[in-house]
Amino acid sequence: MSQRTLPLLIINLGGEMIYILDQRLRAQDENDDKAQRGGWTEDDRKRVMNDIVGTMFNKAFLEELLRPQDLYTHRALRTVLTRIAHTSIMRLKPASMDKLYDLMTMAFKYQIVLCPRPQDLLLVTFNHTDTIKELVKDNPSLVNQINEAQRQLIEVYTPLSDGEFQLIRHTLLVLFQDMQIRISIFLKEKIQNPNGHFVLQTAGPVPHGFEVPGLIRWFNAKGREARRTRFPSGGSYTSAGRQGSFDLSGDRVTLLGTNMYSTPSPGDTDPSSSSNSRGKLKQADTTPNLLATEELNLLAKLMGGMEVRKLLNVDAGFRVNLWTLDQEEDIEISEGTEHQSSRVINIQVTQDRLASTELARIAGEFDEEESQTEGPGNKGDDLLAMMDEL
Amino acid sequence: MAKMYHKEKSIPIKSSASALYNNLSVLRIAPRCLTYFTVVHANVVNMVSASWDGLNYSHRQLQSKEGNVTTSSSLIMQAAWCVLPSRDLLVLTSQKGIQMYESDGSIMVYWHALDTPETPTAKAVFARGIAAVRDKYICVGVSSGSVLVFDVPSKGSNITLSEVLEEHKEAITDMASECSGSLEGIADLVSADDSGLLCVWKSGEDFQLLNKIPGFDTSCSSVKLWKGTVIAGYGTGQIRLYEAITGILHAEVNAHARWIYTLDIAPFTGLLLSAAEDSWVRVWHLSLTPETNSVEIEHMYNECVTDTQICGAKFCDGDGYAFAVTGYDLSEIIRYTQA
Repeated sequence: MSQRTLPLLIINLGGEMIYILDQRLRAQDENDDKAQRGGWTEDDRKRVMNDIVGTMFNKAFLEELLRPQDLYTHRALRTVLTRIAHTSIMRLKPASMDKLYDLMTMAFKYQIVLCPRPQDLLLVTFNHTDTIKELVKDNPSLVNQINEAQRQLIEVYTPLSDGEFQLIRHTLLVLFQDMQIRISIFLKEKIQNPNGHFVLQTAGPVPHGFEVPGLIRWFNAKGREARRTRFPSGGSYTSAGRQGSFDLSGDRVTLLGTNMYSTPSPGDTDPSSSSNSRGKLKQADTTPNLLATEELNLLAKLMGGMEVRKLLNVDAGFRVNLWTLDQEEDIEISEGTEHQSSRVINIQVTQDRLASTELARIAGEFDEEESQTEGPGNKGDDLLAMMDEL
Repeated sequence: MAKMYHKEKSIPIKSSASALYNNLSVLRIAPRCLTYFTVVHANVVNMVSASWDGLNYSHRQLQSKEGNVTTSSSLIMQAAWCVLPSRDLLVLTSQKGIQMYESDGSIMVYWHALDTPETPTAKAVFARGIAAVRDKYICVGVSSGSVLVFDVPSKGSNITLSEVLEEHKEAITDMASECSGSLEGIADLVSADDSGLLCVWKSGEDFQLLNKIPGFDTSCSSVKLWKGTVIAGYGTGQIRLYEAITGILHAEVNAHARWIYTLDIAPFTGLLLSAAEDSWVRVWHLSLTPETNSVEIEHMYNECVTDTQICGAKFCDGDGYAFAVTGYDLSEIIRYTQA
């Protein structure tokens, strides 16, 4: 269907990923026993954020995204997002990446479904870029990169008609079809039902440009209104509010796409937990995806063009566990205790699912590189070990 | 006050409905007391045949098969039955082209490939909008705005592309033929596009453009033609009634709080069904007064399908005694009958 879904996918999903990682890193900072850990600071979090944001808004990467192309599969999307996350010194275990991906995709699915008008998807995207800019505001060159990306988005997407935007939205909805993973924070906020479907209100302001349902107007042959009657609409709708801004900066009006993790809810230490009893994850295409080579070329370009970040003290095993793996049941937010996972995480050489040898080679570089420690090596080790405990 | 309709047992489908306009088609097979339903899920069409006593269902799935499948599977935009005097055909429109099957989906009788560019262009390519017109035409819309007219023989697979109508500049969203059964009217077909433009046609060896009703920069996602009146549903949640030949606006209804996905008419009674992403299905009654050439639209009934973005709604019979509904992510066809 639409050939323009990829930039919106990566920026919005990447944005959600950044929100979650940022929240987890801040939470760790607060809970940290500084005496033991040797100073896990604000600077470390910022460094991870800067690395990830820098990758996501890399000029060449964005150009590739903006090229008209078919929708990515979940597999390819996940690979790209994992690589983006791994351009920092942080490493995520596959199980953590699973949960992170679930959370990211359900959050974005929620935003797409709830979008009042199809073009508001762009406002959602701008909410993500606005918030990311705020997170890296101390880094002017990154802010510039994001602004440049936003300019390109404005150029490509604002001329589209509502029908074309709806096509983009429908294409995205195919990708997220049948995903009914229950997310604790959504269930708690009553935006998701126990069966996994989102709550759709039949109340509130109608979208900008719409009229409140309930009126029928008749016109004479000259086009003048002759009479009007009312009918019961069944819902409690009110007039439209103001329109969000599609400029480089401005009030987007909608809250969809803003950081829902930044406001701590009471008794909520792990708002980003997801339920283990998940629904079916729909694989968008089960036939061998021959577009995979294109997607992998994108990655190769991405990795090739980027300065390969040296891993610190790599022992093939500073894997990160964002969430503990002990829990089998639903994670109840009200319990509020962080589990202490073991300090040494099982070293798993993550089986690289990518077929491309070029990428496998580049990926290999991350694992095998001799440690030429860049910057404060100890802190890096501590950072990674600390992440184990999240 | 008694409810006009009540909910019946739902019909399960093999996979959930995709978010697409007009994503439900119904074919009533009276001699066999069966109703066929189709619902599109990504690259698959789910067909269910249900007995009228609601006791027996049988399922079939159709994939969009292309001549030479080398790239990723093609997403289907719409599936609809075309009822012609001599035969019924099931038409599927996708990113790659148009397929026509025998009405039970058993045999594909025709395949038309769209011109897809070598490298993907920014503008999407697909077919969407299906209507059976008069005795022997099946019309299908394309994303470029073209309307393809196919000539269909009374049997066999010798279907030919007889004409390409080029009036629309934006992607076709939906098409409808005159459904009242009356032969008096001259307008046979109306086509709608993403800009809200409506074109009214007379069928024949060469189709003739009778009228162009301009849009107001909002997509018209669903359209119907009944007794010379165009009923159009828009992305702004409004329904407009126009006189087809003259383009005179009869009435405008602020019907829904979100994008309208589908309209349907029960031709014998003039009942109109509208459904939208706002979770509401509404039933209206249309009546025409030929003397004054006026159209009345009266609101009859509301049904809220909780937490569902409705993508398809159709009457199951010509009187509007029953209707069926599909929604995004729902793996069932919800049915309602008059109380």
